[in-house]
Amino acid sequence: MTSKARMKILVVEDDPDMMEQMRIYLESEGYEVLAASNQKEAEPLIRPGAFAAAVLDLMMENPDSGFVLSHKIKKMDARIPVIIVTSVTRETGFYFDKARDPKDWIKADAIIHKELRFEQLKGELRRLTGAGEGHD
Amino acid sequence: MTDPQPLHLLDVLIVDDEAGMRAGAERSLEGFTVALPDFGETVAFSVRSASTGSEALEELGARAPDIVLLDYKLPDMTGIDVLAAAPGAPDFLTIMITAFASLEVAVTATKRGAFDFLAKPFTPEELRATVTKAARSIYLQRKARRLEEEKRQVRFEFIRVLAHELKSPLAAVEGYMHLMKERMKGPELEAYDQMIERSVLRIGGMRKLVMDLLDLTRLESGRKKRAIETVDLSRSAALAADAVSAMAAARKVEVRVDAPASLPLRADPGEVDMIFSNLLTNAVKYNKEGGRAVLELKAAEPGKVSVRCSDTGIGMTEEELSRLFGEFVRMKNEHTRGIDGSGLGLSILKKVVALYGGEVRASSRYGEGTSFELTLRDAETPAAETDPSLKGA
Repeated sequence: MTSKARMKILVVEDDPDMMEQMRIYLESEGYEVLAASNQKEAEPLIRPGAFAAAVLDLMMENPDSGFVLSHKIKKMDARIPVIIVTSVTRETGFYFDKARDPKDWIKADAIIHKELRFEQLKGELRRLTGAGEGHD
Repeated sequence: MTDPQPLHLLDVLIVDDEAGMRAGAERSLEGFTVALPDFGETVAFSVRSASTGSEALEELGARAPDIVLLDYKLPDMTGIDVLAAAPGAPDFLTIMITAFASLEVAVTATKRGAFDFLAKPFTPEELRATVTKAARSIYLQRKARRLEEEKRQVRFEFIRVLAHELKSPLAAVEGYMHLMKERMKGPELEAYDQMIERSVLRIGGMRKLVMDLLDLTRLESGRKKRAIETVDLSRSAALAADAVSAMAAARKVEVRVDAPASLPLRADPGEVDMIFSNLLTNAVKYNKEGGRAVLELKAAEPGKVSVRCSDTGIGMTEEELSRLFGEFVRMKNEHTRGIDGSGLGLSILKKVVALYGGEVRASSRYGEGTSFELTLRDAETPAAETDPSLKGA
């Protein structure tokens, strides 16, 4: 718990209610939230040491805002886990097949579907930040 | 004759047991072209032939032709039998050839989908005239099918975006419900006030979207019942300004109506309210603190009123302005964050204004404000009548 308490998560989400809910969930899990409501706002926050992991909405002011941000984060520090939240597959039938599309194209460590986000998010964050193992 | 239009081949199958007939028909169509300037095409014909019913069915099975010239009296069966057994019969046009133009044959053949008849003996000119008619009909059908497909795509796109617009507030409310269910903020109800308030707000947005959608559907189907009476537009404008005053006060925007003491127009009061409310709501919503929204009405000539609604708001870029009247278009930028709307308001405005013979024009300067201008004419009195251009959706 102690390492998680200090862990800062960058959350970029353009729906104010979704942002609020994400904040409540993540804070209840002991994370600290660094919030941005769109790609433009998030870009200046991408600095070394500013956050330990990122949760990004995919479609914001641009349809690929989440990918662009993820790419920038990974370019800065490839070890920072990035989770992209999307409902794209449901709406367009377009699927990000991890087996076929190498992760380095997607440039994210996990894709989470909006409908499932909170429970799945907890698990992915634990896995990717190694929070359960007590180091950061 | 030189023709710059592209040449397209229509596949013709001639079914007749008389070799002379088949050869004659082939010769008549050889090198024959039909110009279809409406479709930007010129059509020529490639000809196949069959001498019996079973040969005809084989040819039909191998490849569906565009046009079939079908003799009624074949050695092994009738032309009607061929049509009944033909695979994909509705996909080609049949011209029945018959020696004795009997009414009975004509009726049965028509039931089976024959397009036209040729009575034996016929001249090459008669054959060409009939085939020309058939070619024209094929292209008309194709065009109709293409238009239908385009309409279908537009409808799909509309439903797709609509589903998305309904899903976002649903997801937000559902999320809050889960948080409350899990008592994320402890046992005190007060701790959840903000979640409840936001949920109510998002549900309100959904309701507005559904209501706007119903308005739009009624307008597009031309089934909206109209109650045309003499409406005092100055009074309607004042009422609409009253209706937005609370929202305007909350955003510290001044709302003003500039209109003569009275301004009569033959109109449906509900539609007039839709127009003014729509204009004023936008002018207040997309404004800045301390800004102004002005609705001006002027009598242009008897039975014609010009309306202008301008604001000192956030304005739009050229690019945003060009997308403004699309359905579900909501400008997403740093200034519009937190402004909610169905994205259907201007589509509705445009359609209602069209009922009064008017057009909505928008102009805007980024960061300085936007103004909408339109003219309204006396509505025609018969209540059921609507603009024909709005029908057929």
